[in-house]
Order: sequence, then C-alpha cells, then structure tokens
Amino acid sequence: MEPQQGQGKPHLPPPSLWPIGFAIGIVCILVGLIVSWPAAAVGALVTVVFGFLWVRDVTGGYRHEDAGIEPADRGEAAMPEPAPGERFPRSVFLEGATLGLGSVIAGIVTVPILGFTIAPVFQHPHHDEIDLGPITNFKEGQFVITTFLRDPGEGEISRRTAYVRNNGFIDAKPSFTVLSNRCAHLGCPVQPNGPMFDKQKIEETTKTGDVSLIPTLPAGGFGCPCHGGQYDQEGNRTAGPPVRALDRYEFYIRNGRLAVGRTYSVSHVDGAGASAKIHKYKETGPGEHVDGPEQWFYPLQPPT
Amino acid sequence: MPSKRNRKEQMLAAAQYPLDWLEERSGLIGGLRYFLFRKVPGDSGWWHTLGSATLTAFLVQLGTGVILAMYYKPDPNSAYESVQHINNDVTLGWLVRGMHRWGASVFIILIFFHMARVFLFGAYKYPRELNWIVGVLLLPLALLEGFSGYLLPYDQTAYWATVVGININGTAPFLGPFLASFLRSGSEIGADTLSRFYSLHMLLLPGAILGLIGLHLYLVVRLGVSSPPWSSEAAGRDREQAPAVPGSGLVNPAPRGVTKRPD
Repeated sequence: MEPQQGQGKPHLPPPSLWPIGFAIGIVCILVGLIVSWPAAAVGALVTVVFGFLWVRDVTGGYRHEDAGIEPADRGEAAMPEPAPGERFPRSVFLEGATLGLGSVIAGIVTVPILGFTIAPVFQHPHHDEIDLGPITNFKEGQFVITTFLRDPGEGEISRRTAYVRNNGFIDAKPSFTVLSNRCAHLGCPVQPNGPMFDKQKIEETTKTGDVSLIPTLPAGGFGCPCHGGQYDQEGNRTAGPPVRALDRYEFYIRNGRLAVGRTYSVSHVDGAGASAKIHKYKETGPGEHVDGPEQWFYPLQPPT
Repeated sequence: MPSKRNRKEQMLAAAQYPLDWLEERSGLIGGLRYFLFRKVPGDSGWWHTLGSATLTAFLVQLGTGVILAMYYKPDPNSAYESVQHINNDVTLGWLVRGMHRWGASVFIILIFFHMARVFLFGAYKYPRELNWIVGVLLLPLALLEGFSGYLLPYDQTAYWATVVGININGTAPFLGPFLASFLRSGSEIGADTLSRFYSLHMLLLPGAILGLIGLHLYLVVRLGVSSPPWSSEAAGRDREQAPAVPGSGLVNPAPRGVTKRPD
C-alpha cells in the first residue's frame, strides 16, 4: 500500500459495476446500429440507466452523501524504505536492464528502417541497352533529337533525350556522337540552338519502348534555358555557368541498329566528329567538376 | 433575497463541479491556466504577436494539407491530374489548394519576421538562448517543407525546379552527391522520388516541426515573454531565487521577477 501522497484526502470510492454496465450498453448500441434497431434501443436503455447510476455514485461527494469508505487497515510495508541516497541492487539492475534492452530493441528496429531508406543511394542501378532503331534513320552529319525510355520497366518517367549525330565511318566502323541533354550546370534540359524539323519526325517502336527522332540543325550548338549555359556541337562548354562539357552515352551497333548504354562525364573534347578525342570520366552529377583542383571536393561518388 | 443568492451560488457550484472533477483527475485546468494566464510585460505590443501568427500559419498549412492529402495522388502518372482535379472539380478545392500554396509563402515570411523581431529585441539572450536554437532548427525544416512541397504538383516548373534544387544539393563538397542521391532515391529522378518527397512533406517534416514547436512553446511558457528593449521592466516568470551554483562563477543569476530595472 502506497502511503498517502500530496495534500488531498485519499480518494477511494467503493467498488462499482456501473461503468461496466455503461460500457456494455455502448457496445449494444453500436452492434445494434448494424444488426437491429431493437437491440440498439435496449443498449441505449442500458447505457442511460447505468450512466445515471454511475454519475449518481461519482457525484455522491458533491451531494454530501458518501465520502467513500476508508480501509480499516493499510497493512505494513514488506520491506523497509531505503535510506536517502541508498539504492537497492535490484533497482540498479532493473534500470540497467531497461536501458540496455531498450537500446538493443531500438537498434534492431532502426537498422533495417534506416537501411531501407538510404539503400537506393548505394545500389547500382541496372541499365539495359536501349535500342534506338536502325542506323539508317540517322543521316550522316545530321543531329537528331532522340527521346527514349532509359529504363523501360519504369515507364514514361524515365524518358530521356539525347542529341545523336552520325559521324560516318572510322576504320570501317560506324561512329556516333551521343550527347546527353542534361546540362552540366544543374541538370536542366539543354536545347538545340537552331531549327528543329518536326515534319521529318520518325516514331520507332523498339523492344525497349517508343523512340522518337526529330532532325535538328543546332548551328549555334546547344543552350540551356535555365541559367544560360552554352555548348558547341561537340558538347564543349562555350559560355555560362556549366563546369564541364555535356555528358555522353556509350553507344553500340547491334545488327545495323543503334543502341545506347551507360552515360559518362566529359571534361572537354578535342577535335570534332569521328576523330574527336573525348576526355572521359566516370559519370558524376551536374555541377561537379571532373578535372582541375575542384574535383577533390568530390572524392566519393554514389554508384550511377 | 437570500434564496435567490443561494440559488445563484448553487448554480455556480454546479458549473464548477465538472471542472473540479477534471482538475482533480488530470491537472489539465491548472495546466491550462498556467499556460494562458502568464505575466506579460506591460509594454509588449503587436511585435510580440509574430510568433503566434507564425503558429497560426503553420496550423493552416496542417489543416489544408490534411484535406489536400485526401484527394492528392503521389504517383508520377496521376499527380498532375489529381491536382487539376482538386483545382477544378472538387468543391472549394481551389480555395483549399490556394490557401495551402499561398499559406506556404506566408508561413516562411512570418518566420523571418518573427526571427527579425526576436533578434532586434535581443530576445535571444539569457535565459532564452535555447529557444533561439530551437527556432534555428525549425527554420530549415520549414524551408524543406517548401522545397519538398514544390515538387508535388508535378508540372514542368515543379519537376525542373526540383531537378535544379537536388543538383544544387549535389554540388556540396564531399557528401553532396550522396545527399542528392538520397533525395532522388537513386541516381535519377524516378517514380520513387515523388513518393519520397510526399512522405517527407506530409509525415517526417511536419512531425519534426510539431515536436520542435512543442519545445519552443514550452520554453516560452517556462521563461516568460521578454520585454522590449525600451522597457523599464524586466520580464519573465516570477521565480524563486536560484541558489548560487558552486564553481560556476555565477552568484545568483539575475532575478527574473517583474521588478524595476536598476537604471
């Protein structure tokens, strides 16, 4: 038995069944609403009667009827109170066990949740080879605005755009320039500075989704609408805030069809067309330097 | 008329009884009185309402946001259409969405006004430094709410603004690329990005903001409202004189009762 705490008089109302009847009445109403109206009415009656009796009991003190019954004997404590500053070994053990077990449980619960949240950062995305259709669709020396599904399983949200130019042959192998349209400043889509020939649009349906091809003549290279970054036809930065050249896609020739794979970053390109010397780097995010002293700001990269 | 007076007293007592009943069992009435009936410096004025105004703006965001969540679909294929549906078809949807959209700006602007008031009045000083720090934690959470909410209409502006915003995060040295990857849920913006932003916007960030607002208010109530710099009153809760803290070099930190400043 706890000794009396605080200054108020002890509150020990006599045991009562009224709250239980009240609760049963409520349940009867709810069940009756679904099952049958008479049952609900009986429930309402039970609720009202028991509610009234309960309120009458509880407010007894207010109406000076009954201040409750004091137990005649509180009994004696089984154990002496500890002296001030002293602690029972069992209390120390219980405190340690509560904190320790609590930490273990919290850890067990938190680790998978955190892992689930940040796992995508460390997972290598799977990149299929994307089929862009027969290479005869790409006229030599002509840039083509090519949109395709980067990840056919994800659908339209993965639609990307590349500027593809057929450079003719080098050592009897076809050569292509496949520029990503992702601006190397902050990732907006760069646009060709020149006319687009919408009427010559070609729609191809390949096994990796719909591909659309629109020839263009980017005489002034490419420009970004967001912050004015400018690039030449090889993707080299010519003006504005970008920190490097446009990214490129790896390309493959498969049975006379053009396919693209992973992207890679490019610091700059010497020369042009089929004989261009591309300074390749692992793909990095927009706005990140791949050469020069600033590259040391980005020593680690999440997988792309 | 003694009988009439008696009756009035009886009725008052009857009205008081449920309150006493609640107070005895929960202490809520006393807690509410402690919260609401505080001593406030006599020359506090409209400037001191900016904090409550900010709280009101947040509650408006909370209420309208809950309703918008009943109609919004965080899926790349239907997000834009669901916002159009809210705007054009749902009864008063345009109003609720407008309140949420413009209210977001109001919330941020009020935060800065409130912050400026606290700074210029010197209300961040002892003993309210911790409350300033809680406010400093609330500010980026509110800005993140704005950033994560901006993507949700999923139109061209929303999409490219978010691309640029994430990539700005990505250019932070060392951990930036990982932060960007975390926000995108992968190396590219995809189907998971939108639902990730939605979850941040309506669960994680508001939860954190609510918790910190609770702490913020607790400290305001505990420490009392500061008086303006031109005031001749020291302000705050009446407190028992703190005993000198041994070894701290502090002998009786300044009493904070409503007393005349020694000018």
